[in-house]
Amino acid sequence: MRLINIKPSRPLAVVLTLLPFALVFLAYAIGSEVRLAANPQDKLLPAPGKVFDTAIRLISEGDRRTGRILFWHDTWASLKRLGIGISISAFVGLLFGLLIGLLPVARRLLAQFVAVLSMIPPLALLPILFIVFGLGELSKVVLIVIGTLPFLIRDLSQRVLEVPEELLVKAQTLGASSWVIAIRVALPQVMPRLIQSVRLSLGPAWLFLIAAEAIASDLGLGYRIFLVRRYLAMDVILTYVIWITILAFLIDWALRRISRRFFPWAEEGL
Amino acid sequence: MSFVTVEDVFQSYGQRPIIERVNLSVDEGEFISIVGASGCGKSTFLRLLLAQERPTRGQVTIADAPPAKEPGLDRGVVFQRYSVFPHLTVRENVVAGESFRRPWGRFFGQERKEAQARADETLVRCGLNHVADNYPATLSGGMQQRLAIGQALAARPRILLLDEPFGALDPGTRLSMHDFLTELRAEIGMTIFMVTHDLEEAFKLGDRVLVFDKTRWDPHDQDRYGATITYDFDARNGGIPFQTLEEETHVLQAH
Repeated sequence: MRLINIKPSRPLAVVLTLLPFALVFLAYAIGSEVRLAANPQDKLLPAPGKVFDTAIRLISEGDRRTGRILFWHDTWASLKRLGIGISISAFVGLLFGLLIGLLPVARRLLAQFVAVLSMIPPLALLPILFIVFGLGELSKVVLIVIGTLPFLIRDLSQRVLEVPEELLVKAQTLGASSWVIAIRVALPQVMPRLIQSVRLSLGPAWLFLIAAEAIASDLGLGYRIFLVRRYLAMDVILTYVIWITILAFLIDWALRRISRRFFPWAEEGL
Repeated sequence: MSFVTVEDVFQSYGQRPIIERVNLSVDEGEFISIVGASGCGKSTFLRLLLAQERPTRGQVTIADAPPAKEPGLDRGVVFQRYSVFPHLTVRENVVAGESFRRPWGRFFGQERKEAQARADETLVRCGLNHVADNYPATLSGGMQQRLAIGQALAARPRILLLDEPFGALDPGTRLSMHDFLTELRAEIGMTIFMVTHDLEEAFKLGDRVLVFDKTRWDPHDQDRYGATITYDFDARNGGIPFQTLEEETHVLQAH
Protein backbone atom coordinates (compact mmCIF):
# COMPACT_ATOMS: atom_id res chain seq x y z
CA MET A 1 0.00 0.00 0.00
CA ARG A 2 1.24 3.46 -0.80
CA LEU A 3 2.27 5.70 2.06
CA ILE A 4 -0.11 8.42 0.94
CA ASN A 5 -3.05 6.04 1.41
CA ILE A 6 -2.22 4.95 4.94
CA LYS A 7 -4.51 6.77 7.35
CA PRO A 8 -4.04 6.33 11.10
CA SER A 9 -6.90 4.77 13.06
CA ARG A 10 -8.46 6.77 15.90
CA PRO A 11 -6.29 5.40 18.79
CA LEU A 12 -3.15 5.62 16.67
CA ALA A 13 -4.02 9.21 15.74
CA VAL A 14 -4.20 10.17 19.43
CA VAL A 15 -0.87 8.45 20.12
CA LEU A 16 0.76 10.18 17.14
CA THR A 17 -0.57 13.58 18.23
CA LEU A 18 0.78 13.18 21.75
CA LEU A 19 4.06 11.54 20.73
CA PRO A 20 6.12 14.70 19.92
CA PHE A 21 5.04 16.32 23.20
CA ALA A 22 6.03 13.21 25.13
CA LEU A 23 9.36 12.96 23.30
CA VAL A 24 10.29 16.57 24.05
CA PHE A 25 9.34 16.11 27.69
CA LEU A 26 11.33 12.89 27.84
CA ALA A 27 14.39 14.48 26.24
CA TYR A 28 14.21 17.33 28.73
CA ALA A 29 13.78 14.97 31.69
CA ILE A 30 16.77 12.85 30.64
CA GLY A 31 18.94 15.92 30.01
CA SER A 32 17.95 17.36 33.36
CA GLU A 33 18.61 14.02 35.08
CA VAL A 34 22.09 13.74 33.55
CA ARG A 35 23.10 17.30 34.47
CA LEU A 36 21.69 17.05 38.01
CA ALA A 37 23.50 13.75 38.56
CA ALA A 38 26.77 15.47 37.68
CA ASN A 39 26.00 18.63 39.66
CA PRO A 40 23.01 18.75 42.04
CA GLN A 41 23.30 22.59 42.09
CA ASP A 42 22.82 22.87 38.30
CA LYS A 43 20.33 25.62 37.44
CA LEU A 44 20.20 25.29 33.66
CA LEU A 45 17.86 22.30 33.41
CA PRO A 46 15.83 22.07 36.64
CA ALA A 47 14.01 18.80 37.23
CA PRO A 48 10.40 18.69 35.90
CA GLY A 49 9.20 18.23 39.46
CA LYS A 50 10.94 21.41 40.53
CA VAL A 51 9.43 23.37 37.65
CA PHE A 52 6.01 22.05 38.66
CA ASP A 53 6.54 23.06 42.31
CA THR A 54 7.66 26.52 41.18
CA ALA A 55 4.62 26.84 38.96
CA ILE A 56 2.31 25.99 41.88
CA ARG A 57 4.13 28.51 44.08
CA LEU A 58 3.95 31.22 41.40
CA ILE A 59 0.23 30.92 40.75
CA SER A 60 -0.82 30.57 44.39
CA GLU A 61 1.58 32.52 46.64
CA GLY A 62 1.67 36.29 46.86
CA ASP A 63 4.71 38.46 46.58
CA ARG A 64 6.55 38.66 49.93
CA ARG A 65 6.62 42.46 49.88
CA THR A 66 3.20 43.40 48.47
CA GLY A 67 1.20 40.19 48.89
CA ARG A 68 0.02 40.38 45.27
CA ILE A 69 0.23 37.20 43.23
CA LEU A 70 2.54 38.61 40.57
CA PHE A 71 1.87 35.77 38.13
CA TRP A 72 -1.73 36.85 37.58
CA HIS A 73 -0.87 40.55 37.58
CA ASP A 74 1.78 39.88 34.92
CA THR A 75 -0.71 37.89 32.88
CA TRP A 76 -3.39 40.55 33.11
CA ALA A 77 -0.99 43.38 32.21
CA SER A 78 0.35 41.52 29.18
CA LEU A 79 -3.05 40.37 27.93
CA LYS A 80 -4.40 43.90 28.24
CA ARG A 81 -1.58 45.32 26.11
CA LEU A 82 -1.91 42.51 23.60
CA GLY A 83 -5.70 42.83 23.43
CA ILE A 84 -5.73 46.60 22.98
CA GLY A 85 -2.94 46.48 20.40
CA ILE A 86 -4.46 43.69 18.33
CA SER A 87 -7.94 45.21 18.51
CA ILE A 88 -6.72 48.55 17.21
CA SER A 89 -4.76 46.80 14.48
CA ALA A 90 -7.72 44.67 13.45
CA PHE A 91 -10.11 47.62 13.31
CA VAL A 92 -7.78 49.97 11.41
CA GLY A 93 -6.62 47.11 9.18
CA LEU A 94 -10.21 46.27 8.29
CA LEU A 95 -11.01 49.89 7.49
CA PHE A 96 -7.98 50.41 5.26
CA GLY A 97 -8.31 46.94 3.77
CA LEU A 98 -11.84 47.77 2.61
CA LEU A 99 -10.80 51.18 1.31
CA ILE A 100 -7.83 49.84 -0.65
CA GLY A 101 -9.68 46.77 -1.86
CA LEU A 102 -12.82 48.54 -3.04
CA LEU A 103 -11.82 52.01 -4.17
CA PRO A 104 -9.33 52.27 -7.06
CA VAL A 105 -8.46 55.82 -5.94
CA ALA A 106 -7.60 54.70 -2.41
CA ARG A 107 -5.63 51.78 -3.86
CA ARG A 108 -3.47 54.12 -5.93
CA LEU A 109 -3.03 56.41 -2.97
CA LEU A 110 -2.21 53.86 -0.28
CA ALA A 111 -1.26 50.42 -1.58
CA GLN A 112 2.38 51.20 -2.42
CA PHE A 113 2.74 53.38 0.65
CA VAL A 114 1.61 50.56 2.93
CA ALA A 115 3.85 48.11 1.06
CA VAL A 116 6.87 50.33 1.77
CA LEU A 117 5.82 50.94 5.40
CA SER A 118 5.54 47.22 6.00
CA MET A 119 9.23 46.86 5.17
CA ILE A 120 10.28 48.92 8.20
CA PRO A 121 11.43 46.57 10.97
CA PRO A 122 9.12 47.56 13.86
CA LEU A 123 11.69 46.79 16.54
CA ALA A 124 14.01 49.36 14.97
CA LEU A 125 11.33 51.93 15.77
CA LEU A 126 11.07 50.90 19.43
CA PRO A 127 13.57 53.52 20.69
CA ILE A 128 11.65 56.21 18.82
CA LEU A 129 8.40 54.98 20.37
CA PHE A 130 9.94 55.10 23.85
CA ILE A 131 11.16 58.64 23.21
CA VAL A 132 7.89 59.86 21.72
CA PHE A 133 5.33 57.98 23.80
CA GLY A 134 7.30 57.50 27.00
CA LEU A 135 7.94 54.24 28.80
CA GLY A 136 4.30 53.66 29.79
CA GLU A 137 1.60 51.45 28.30
CA LEU A 138 1.17 53.56 25.18
CA SER A 139 4.53 52.81 23.59
CA LYS A 140 4.02 49.05 24.04
CA VAL A 141 0.56 49.13 22.49
CA VAL A 142 1.83 51.30 19.64
CA LEU A 143 4.65 48.83 18.97
CA ILE A 144 2.14 45.98 18.65
CA VAL A 145 -0.01 48.09 16.35
CA ILE A 146 2.93 49.13 14.17
CA GLY A 147 4.18 45.57 14.10
CA THR A 148 0.94 43.94 13.00
CA LEU A 149 -0.99 46.65 11.13
CA PRO A 150 0.83 46.68 7.75
CA PHE A 151 0.44 42.92 7.40
CA LEU A 152 -3.26 43.12 8.27
CA ILE A 153 -3.89 45.96 5.81
CA ARG A 154 -2.10 44.16 2.99
CA ASP A 155 -3.72 40.82 3.72
CA LEU A 156 -7.24 42.21 4.08
CA SER A 157 -7.06 44.48 1.05
CA GLN A 158 -5.91 41.45 -0.93
CA ARG A 159 -8.92 39.47 0.35
CA VAL A 160 -11.27 42.30 -0.62
CA LEU A 161 -9.72 42.33 -4.09
CA GLU A 162 -10.38 38.60 -4.29
CA VAL A 163 -14.12 39.07 -3.81
CA PRO A 164 -15.36 37.92 -7.24
CA GLU A 165 -16.05 40.80 -9.63
CA GLU A 166 -19.37 39.10 -10.43
CA LEU A 167 -20.62 39.68 -6.89
CA LEU A 168 -19.76 43.37 -7.02
CA VAL A 169 -21.51 43.76 -10.40
CA LYS A 170 -24.48 41.80 -9.12
CA ALA A 171 -24.77 44.06 -6.08
CA GLN A 172 -24.70 47.09 -8.36
CA THR A 173 -27.52 45.69 -10.48
CA LEU A 174 -29.51 45.36 -7.25
CA GLY A 175 -29.04 49.09 -6.75
CA ALA A 176 -26.38 48.95 -4.01
CA SER A 177 -24.28 52.08 -3.40
CA SER A 178 -20.52 51.85 -2.73
CA TRP A 179 -21.30 52.07 0.98
CA VAL A 180 -23.84 49.25 0.86
CA ILE A 181 -21.42 47.12 -1.18
CA ALA A 182 -18.76 47.77 1.48
CA ILE A 183 -20.91 46.85 4.49
CA ARG A 184 -23.17 44.19 2.98
CA VAL A 185 -20.91 42.41 0.47
CA ALA A 186 -17.22 43.08 1.11
CA LEU A 187 -17.23 43.38 4.91
CA PRO A 188 -19.03 40.12 5.68
CA GLN A 189 -16.86 38.31 3.14
CA VAL A 190 -13.58 39.45 4.72
CA MET A 191 -14.66 39.03 8.36
CA PRO A 192 -13.64 35.34 8.50
CA ARG A 193 -10.39 36.33 6.85
CA LEU A 194 -9.89 39.05 9.45
CA ILE A 195 -10.03 36.47 12.21
CA GLN A 196 -7.66 34.28 10.21
CA SER A 197 -5.22 37.19 9.78
CA VAL A 198 -5.44 38.11 13.46
CA ARG A 199 -4.57 34.50 14.30
CA LEU A 200 -1.51 34.76 12.08
CA SER A 201 -0.61 38.16 13.58
CA LEU A 202 -0.70 36.88 17.14
CA GLY A 203 2.78 35.38 16.84
CA PRO A 204 4.41 38.70 15.87
CA ALA A 205 2.19 40.50 18.41
CA TRP A 206 3.56 38.37 21.27
CA LEU A 207 7.08 38.94 19.96
CA PHE A 208 6.68 42.71 20.01
CA LEU A 209 4.92 42.63 23.37
CA ILE A 210 7.68 40.66 25.04
CA ALA A 211 10.39 42.74 23.38
CA ALA A 212 8.79 45.97 24.62
CA GLU A 213 8.25 44.55 28.11
CA ALA A 214 11.78 43.23 28.31
CA ILE A 215 13.23 46.67 27.70
CA ALA A 216 11.03 48.93 29.79
CA SER A 217 8.26 47.76 32.08
CA ASP A 218 7.51 46.97 35.70
CA LEU A 219 4.88 44.32 35.14
CA GLY A 220 4.14 41.76 32.43
CA LEU A 221 5.06 38.26 31.35
CA GLY A 222 8.00 39.39 29.20
CA TYR A 223 9.26 41.69 31.93
CA ARG A 224 9.23 38.85 34.50
CA ILE A 225 11.14 36.48 32.23
CA PHE A 226 13.88 39.01 31.57
CA LEU A 227 13.97 39.98 35.23
CA VAL A 228 14.52 36.48 36.62
CA ARG A 229 17.02 35.73 33.83
CA ARG A 230 19.50 37.66 36.00
CA TYR A 231 19.19 34.98 38.70
CA LEU A 232 19.27 32.12 36.21
CA ALA A 233 15.86 31.10 37.59
CA MET A 234 15.15 28.62 34.82
CA ASP A 235 12.21 27.13 36.72
CA VAL A 236 10.41 30.49 36.68
CA ILE A 237 11.33 31.19 33.05
CA LEU A 238 10.08 27.79 31.95
CA THR A 239 6.83 28.23 33.85
CA TYR A 240 6.24 31.58 32.16
CA VAL A 241 7.19 30.27 28.71
CA ILE A 242 4.80 27.34 29.06
CA TRP A 243 2.09 29.70 30.31
CA ILE A 244 2.58 32.07 27.35
CA THR A 245 2.39 29.10 25.00
CA ILE A 246 -0.84 27.92 26.60
CA LEU A 247 -2.31 31.44 26.43
CA ALA A 248 -1.37 31.83 22.76
CA PHE A 249 -2.83 28.43 21.97
CA LEU A 250 -6.08 29.20 23.81
CA ILE A 251 -6.50 32.55 22.07
CA ASP A 252 -5.92 30.90 18.71
CA TRP A 253 -8.40 28.17 19.53
CA ALA A 254 -11.00 30.68 20.72
CA LEU A 255 -10.66 32.73 17.53
CA ARG A 256 -11.11 29.62 15.42
CA ARG A 257 -14.24 28.72 17.36
CA ILE A 258 -15.60 32.25 16.92
CA SER A 259 -14.95 32.05 13.21
CA ARG A 260 -16.77 28.71 12.91
CA ARG A 261 -19.62 29.92 15.05
CA PHE A 262 -20.31 33.21 13.27
CA PHE A 263 -19.28 32.44 9.70
CA PRO A 264 -20.58 28.94 9.06
CA TRP A 265 -20.77 29.65 5.30
CA ALA A 266 -16.97 30.07 5.15
CA GLU A 267 -16.35 26.62 6.59
CA GLU A 268 -13.73 25.46 4.13
CA GLY A 269 -10.33 27.08 4.53
CA LEU A 270 -10.60 27.72 8.25
CA MET B 1 -41.11 50.56 -30.96
CA SER B 2 -37.64 49.51 -30.02
CA PHE B 3 -37.03 48.86 -26.32
CA VAL B 4 -33.31 48.12 -26.32
CA THR B 5 -31.35 49.95 -29.01
CA VAL B 6 -27.72 49.30 -29.83
CA GLU B 7 -26.34 51.89 -32.23
CA ASP B 8 -23.08 51.42 -34.12
CA VAL B 9 -21.23 49.98 -31.12
CA PHE B 10 -17.46 49.35 -31.24
CA GLN B 11 -15.45 48.01 -28.34
CA SER B 12 -11.68 47.55 -28.24
CA TYR B 13 -9.27 46.71 -25.45
CA GLY B 14 -6.24 48.85 -26.11
CA GLN B 15 -5.34 48.35 -29.77
CA ARG B 16 -7.36 45.19 -30.06
CA PRO B 17 -10.91 45.49 -31.44
CA ILE B 18 -13.34 42.97 -29.95
CA ILE B 19 -16.64 43.90 -31.55
CA GLU B 20 -17.37 46.37 -34.28
CA ARG B 21 -20.35 47.95 -36.02
CA VAL B 22 -23.00 46.27 -33.89
CA ASN B 23 -26.52 47.52 -34.49
CA LEU B 24 -29.50 45.95 -32.84
CA SER B 25 -33.04 46.79 -31.98
CA VAL B 26 -35.02 44.65 -29.58
CA ASP B 27 -38.68 44.88 -28.65
CA GLU B 28 -39.92 44.66 -25.09
CA GLY B 29 -40.53 41.06 -24.01
CA GLU B 30 -38.25 39.46 -26.59
CA PHE B 31 -35.89 36.66 -25.61
CA ILE B 32 -32.58 37.10 -27.41
CA SER B 33 -30.07 34.24 -27.50
CA ILE B 34 -26.51 35.16 -28.35
CA VAL B 35 -24.17 32.50 -29.70
CA GLY B 36 -20.74 32.44 -31.28
CA ALA B 37 -17.31 30.86 -31.02
CA SER B 38 -15.14 31.41 -27.95
CA GLY B 39 -13.53 34.84 -27.90
CA CYS B 40 -15.91 36.30 -30.48
CA GLY B 41 -17.02 39.05 -28.15
CA LYS B 42 -20.44 37.80 -27.10
CA SER B 43 -19.58 38.17 -23.42
CA THR B 44 -18.12 41.60 -24.16
CA PHE B 45 -21.41 42.51 -25.80
CA LEU B 46 -23.27 41.38 -22.69
CA ARG B 47 -20.99 43.49 -20.51
CA LEU B 48 -21.82 46.47 -22.72
CA LEU B 49 -25.53 45.79 -22.31
CA LEU B 50 -24.91 45.54 -18.57
CA ALA B 51 -23.00 48.85 -18.62
CA GLN B 52 -20.14 47.10 -16.80
CA GLU B 53 -18.06 48.46 -19.69
CA ARG B 54 -18.72 51.45 -21.88
CA PRO B 55 -18.30 51.10 -25.66
CA THR B 56 -15.42 52.96 -27.34
CA ARG B 57 -17.95 54.12 -29.95
CA GLY B 58 -21.70 54.07 -30.23
CA GLN B 59 -24.25 53.67 -27.48
CA VAL B 60 -26.67 51.29 -25.83
CA THR B 61 -30.02 52.69 -24.73
CA ILE B 62 -32.79 50.99 -22.80
CA ALA B 63 -36.30 52.41 -22.94
CA ASP B 64 -35.01 55.72 -24.30
CA ALA B 65 -33.08 56.45 -21.10
CA PRO B 66 -29.64 58.07 -21.50
CA PRO B 67 -26.83 55.47 -21.86
CA ALA B 68 -25.85 54.10 -18.44
CA LYS B 69 -22.37 54.71 -17.03
CA GLU B 70 -22.40 51.83 -14.55
CA PRO B 71 -24.56 48.80 -13.78
CA GLY B 72 -27.81 49.75 -12.12
CA LEU B 73 -31.29 48.69 -11.12
CA ASP B 74 -32.63 48.62 -14.69
CA ARG B 75 -30.44 45.66 -15.64
CA GLY B 76 -30.53 42.33 -13.83
CA VAL B 77 -27.80 39.78 -14.34
CA VAL B 78 -27.06 36.11 -13.71
CA PHE B 79 -23.53 34.87 -14.27
CA GLN B 80 -22.35 31.32 -14.73
CA ARG B 81 -20.82 31.37 -11.24
CA TYR B 82 -20.65 33.68 -8.21
CA SER B 83 -24.14 35.03 -8.83
CA VAL B 84 -25.42 34.68 -5.28
CA PHE B 85 -23.94 36.03 -2.07
CA PRO B 86 -22.35 33.12 -0.18
CA HIS B 87 -22.59 34.86 3.20
CA LEU B 88 -26.38 35.31 3.01
CA THR B 89 -28.96 32.57 3.43
CA VAL B 90 -31.19 31.72 0.49
CA ARG B 91 -34.01 33.91 1.81
CA GLU B 92 -31.66 36.80 2.61
CA ASN B 93 -30.30 36.57 -0.93
CA VAL B 94 -33.76 37.18 -2.35
CA VAL B 95 -34.50 39.95 0.16
CA ALA B 96 -31.19 41.55 -0.90
CA GLY B 97 -32.71 41.98 -4.35
CA GLU B 98 -35.02 44.60 -2.85
CA SER B 99 -33.05 45.88 0.13
CA PHE B 100 -29.63 46.64 -1.38
CA ARG B 101 -30.90 49.92 -2.83
CA ARG B 102 -31.58 51.21 0.71
CA PRO B 103 -29.05 53.43 2.54
CA TRP B 104 -28.01 50.59 4.87
CA GLY B 105 -28.69 47.81 2.39
CA ARG B 106 -31.32 46.25 4.64
CA PHE B 107 -34.92 46.57 5.80
CA PHE B 108 -36.02 47.11 9.38
CA GLY B 109 -39.15 46.25 11.35
CA GLN B 110 -42.43 45.79 9.53
CA GLU B 111 -40.88 46.38 6.11
CA ARG B 112 -38.45 43.58 6.78
CA LYS B 113 -41.24 41.13 7.56
CA GLU B 114 -43.10 42.08 4.40
CA ALA B 115 -39.95 41.71 2.30
CA GLN B 116 -39.34 38.28 3.80
CA ALA B 117 -42.89 37.24 3.00
CA ARG B 118 -42.43 38.39 -0.61
CA ALA B 119 -39.09 36.57 -0.74
CA ASP B 120 -40.80 33.38 0.44
CA GLU B 121 -43.30 33.68 -2.42
CA THR B 122 -40.44 34.05 -4.88
CA LEU B 123 -38.74 31.02 -3.33
CA VAL B 124 -41.91 28.94 -3.74
CA ARG B 125 -41.96 29.92 -7.42
CA CYS B 126 -38.29 28.92 -7.74
CA GLY B 127 -38.90 25.66 -5.85
CA LEU B 128 -36.46 26.69 -3.12
CA ASN B 129 -38.80 27.26 -0.18
CA HIS B 130 -37.58 24.13 1.61
CA VAL B 131 -33.99 25.45 1.79
CA ALA B 132 -34.80 29.09 2.64
CA ASP B 133 -32.57 29.13 5.72
CA ASN B 134 -29.60 27.32 4.17
CA TYR B 135 -26.49 28.95 2.79
CA PRO B 136 -26.00 28.78 -1.00
CA ALA B 137 -22.90 26.57 -0.66
CA THR B 138 -25.18 23.71 0.45
CA LEU B 139 -27.30 24.01 -2.72
CA SER B 140 -26.77 22.15 -5.99
CA GLY B 141 -25.63 24.10 -9.06
CA GLY B 142 -29.12 24.21 -10.56
CA MET B 143 -30.67 25.44 -7.31
CA GLN B 144 -28.03 28.16 -7.02
CA GLN B 145 -28.83 29.38 -10.53
CA ARG B 146 -32.58 29.33 -9.81
CA LEU B 147 -31.84 31.40 -6.71
CA ALA B 148 -29.69 33.79 -8.77
CA ILE B 149 -32.55 34.29 -11.24
CA GLY B 150 -35.07 34.75 -8.43
CA GLN B 151 -32.79 37.29 -6.76
CA ALA B 152 -32.26 39.22 -9.99
CA LEU B 153 -36.02 39.33 -10.63
CA ALA B 154 -36.75 40.46 -7.06
CA ALA B 155 -35.08 43.75 -7.98
CA ARG B 156 -37.59 44.16 -10.88
CA PRO B 157 -35.11 45.07 -13.65
CA ARG B 158 -36.17 46.26 -17.10
CA ILE B 159 -34.01 43.65 -18.85
CA LEU B 160 -32.43 40.43 -17.62
CA LEU B 161 -28.96 39.41 -18.80
CA LEU B 162 -27.85 35.79 -18.54
CA ASP B 163 -24.16 35.01 -19.12
CA GLU B 164 -23.98 31.29 -19.87
CA PRO B 165 -26.30 30.67 -16.92
CA PHE B 166 -26.58 26.92 -17.41
CA GLY B 167 -23.04 26.29 -18.68
CA ALA B 168 -21.87 24.58 -15.50
CA LEU B 169 -24.92 22.35 -15.05
CA ASP B 170 -25.40 18.72 -15.98
CA PRO B 171 -27.72 17.99 -18.94
CA GLY B 172 -30.72 16.85 -16.85
CA THR B 173 -30.61 19.89 -14.59
CA ARG B 174 -30.17 22.06 -17.65
CA LEU B 175 -33.42 20.77 -19.14
CA SER B 176 -35.35 21.46 -15.95
CA MET B 177 -33.81 24.94 -15.85
CA HIS B 178 -35.11 25.50 -19.39
CA ASP B 179 -38.62 24.62 -18.22
CA PHE B 180 -38.21 26.88 -15.20
CA LEU B 181 -37.09 29.80 -17.33
CA THR B 182 -39.85 29.24 -19.91
CA GLU B 183 -42.54 29.19 -17.21
CA LEU B 184 -41.10 32.24 -15.51
CA ARG B 185 -41.05 34.08 -18.80
CA ALA B 186 -44.63 33.21 -19.59
CA GLU B 187 -45.50 34.73 -16.22
CA ILE B 188 -43.54 37.97 -16.32
CA GLY B 189 -42.79 38.53 -20.03
CA MET B 190 -39.44 40.14 -19.43
CA THR B 191 -36.89 41.16 -22.05
CA ILE B 192 -34.04 38.65 -21.74
CA PHE B 193 -30.60 38.41 -23.31
CA MET B 194 -28.82 35.09 -22.90
CA VAL B 195 -25.28 34.25 -23.95
CA THR B 196 -24.79 30.52 -24.47
CA HIS B 197 -22.49 27.98 -26.08
CA ASP B 198 -25.32 25.58 -26.67
CA LEU B 199 -27.03 26.14 -30.05
CA GLU B 200 -29.93 23.86 -29.21
CA GLU B 201 -30.56 25.81 -26.02
CA ALA B 202 -30.33 29.09 -27.93
CA PHE B 203 -33.01 28.07 -30.43
CA LYS B 204 -35.19 26.34 -27.84
CA LEU B 205 -35.45 29.33 -25.51
CA GLY B 206 -34.89 32.32 -27.75
CA ASP B 207 -37.26 34.31 -29.94
CA ARG B 208 -34.23 35.48 -31.86
CA VAL B 209 -30.77 33.99 -32.09
CA LEU B 210 -27.90 36.37 -32.77
CA VAL B 211 -24.63 34.94 -34.06
CA PHE B 212 -21.42 36.82 -33.38
CA ASP B 213 -18.56 36.23 -35.79
CA LYS B 214 -15.79 38.03 -37.60
CA THR B 215 -16.68 39.18 -41.08
CA ARG B 216 -13.13 40.14 -41.99
CA TRP B 217 -10.02 38.09 -41.43
CA ASP B 218 -6.42 39.23 -41.61
CA PRO B 219 -4.37 36.04 -42.03
CA HIS B 220 -1.26 37.78 -40.70
CA ASP B 221 -2.91 39.32 -37.66
CA GLN B 222 -5.80 37.37 -36.17
CA ASP B 223 -6.73 40.15 -33.77
CA ARG B 224 -6.91 42.86 -36.41
CA TYR B 225 -10.69 42.91 -36.76
CA GLY B 226 -13.49 42.50 -34.28
CA ALA B 227 -16.67 40.47 -34.49
CA THR B 228 -20.16 41.63 -35.25
CA ILE B 229 -23.64 40.17 -35.56
CA THR B 230 -23.53 38.02 -38.69
CA TYR B 231 -26.91 36.28 -38.40
CA ASP B 232 -30.14 37.26 -36.75
CA PHE B 233 -32.42 34.21 -36.84
CA ASP B 234 -36.08 34.13 -36.05
CA ALA B 235 -36.15 31.26 -33.59
CA ARG B 236 -39.83 31.16 -32.77
CA ASN B 237 -41.67 27.93 -33.56
CA GLY B 238 -38.56 25.84 -33.17
CA GLY B 239 -36.52 27.97 -35.54
CA ILE B 240 -38.83 27.47 -38.53
CA PRO B 241 -40.06 30.92 -39.55
CA PHE B 242 -43.31 31.89 -41.24
CA GLN B 243 -45.33 29.30 -39.30
CA THR B 244 -47.80 31.77 -37.89
CA LEU B 245 -50.07 33.51 -40.29
CA GLU B 246 -50.18 37.16 -39.49
CA GLU B 247 -52.45 38.30 -42.30
CA GLU B 248 -55.92 37.45 -43.45
CA THR B 249 -55.57 34.86 -46.20
CA HIS B 250 -59.25 34.30 -47.04
CA VAL B 251 -58.45 30.91 -48.59
CA LEU B 252 -59.65 28.84 -45.66
CA GLN B 253 -62.98 30.56 -45.32
CA ALA B 254 -66.07 28.47 -45.99
CA HIS B 255 -67.88 30.72 -48.43
